[in-house]
Amino acid sequence: MTDKFSPAGTRGIHDVGGLDFGAIDRSEHPLTTFERRVDALTMLMIGPLGVFRADALRRAIEAYNEADYVNLTYYEKWVRALRILLVEQGVLTDEQIDARIAALREKAGGVQP
Amino acid sequence: MQNNDHGHTHDEPEVHAPSPDEPPPASEWEFLEKALSELLVETGVIEEADVQRMMNFTESRNPALGAKVVARAWTDSGFRDRLLCDARKTLREEMEIDVGTIAELEAVENTDKLHHVVVCTLCSCYPRNLLGTPPAWYKSREYRSRAVREPRIVLKEFGTVLPSDVSIRVLDSTADLRYLVIPKRPGGTEGWPADRLEALVSRDSMIGTALASDPDSK
Repeated sequence: MTDKFSPAGTRGIHDVGGLDFGAIDRSEHPLTTFERRVDALTMLMIGPLGVFRADALRRAIEAYNEADYVNLTYYEKWVRALRILLVEQGVLTDEQIDARIAALREKAGGVQP
Repeated sequence: MQNNDHGHTHDEPEVHAPSPDEPPPASEWEFLEKALSELLVETGVIEEADVQRMMNFTESRNPALGAKVVARAWTDSGFRDRLLCDARKTLREEMEIDVGTIAELEAVENTDKLHHVVVCTLCSCYPRNLLGTPPAWYKSREYRSRAVREPRIVLKEFGTVLPSDVSIRVLDSTADLRYLVIPKRPGGTEGWPADRLEALVSRDSMIGTALASDPDSK
């Protein structure tokens, strides 16, 4: 293949249709508790609560840089988008979230992952 | 908050109370999930039980449910026609399955001459309100990029070899429109009851990367 992400940025990082990323890994694993919880939180926001729509989740993820888009796992991308959209919609603030993460880390013994 | 979007009742979920034995978050992202969960509960946006309820709902939507829909379509041509015409209405009225408000659902039928395969090139859109969460490969850049470029080769990698006179139509899902493939009913199943047919319908056959199973295999 010769085409690739355009340097001019006309092809977004997510826009992979027709490219060739090689062999498909078909291995599967049951979702972890973390993954199931992120999935459920996101679906609560999209479905019953209507805090944002599925398109907004996609848009937030599509704005990641290439390294994050490629290296973060699927639900890591989702939980980061969840944060972005909850702040954007005025449901939570960055200050609230950062303070809570710091408190949780403190409680976990100050481990810096 | 009441989860009444789906118009059905659940058994009361077991509330997942944080226990002292619960392992602490192990990564930056697990800390973020926990922080968001706690804050959403504390600010009254959700209750902790809503999370469990939604996880239960998602797990109640799985390939076995899709297989029931396919087996019914195979054994009831009127149902099949109505499903192809208006999947949402037909599933709601005739099988009490609410596909929710997130996206439209369209059913497509595989025949002797036409095979459908579903992908979401831009992300991972999937008929999750019928089949549950998608498999990892469906979300991978490898599948997303190549399914539209060389579907016959991709299908072969999945062990699905189609005769050259069968056309392949690749359906690219969007956030607002998801697809269910009704695989071709295998020969040698004439007169089978629906519950026996269901066992031939795999998840992948409803995505289009596989065929319904050979009746001799069951």
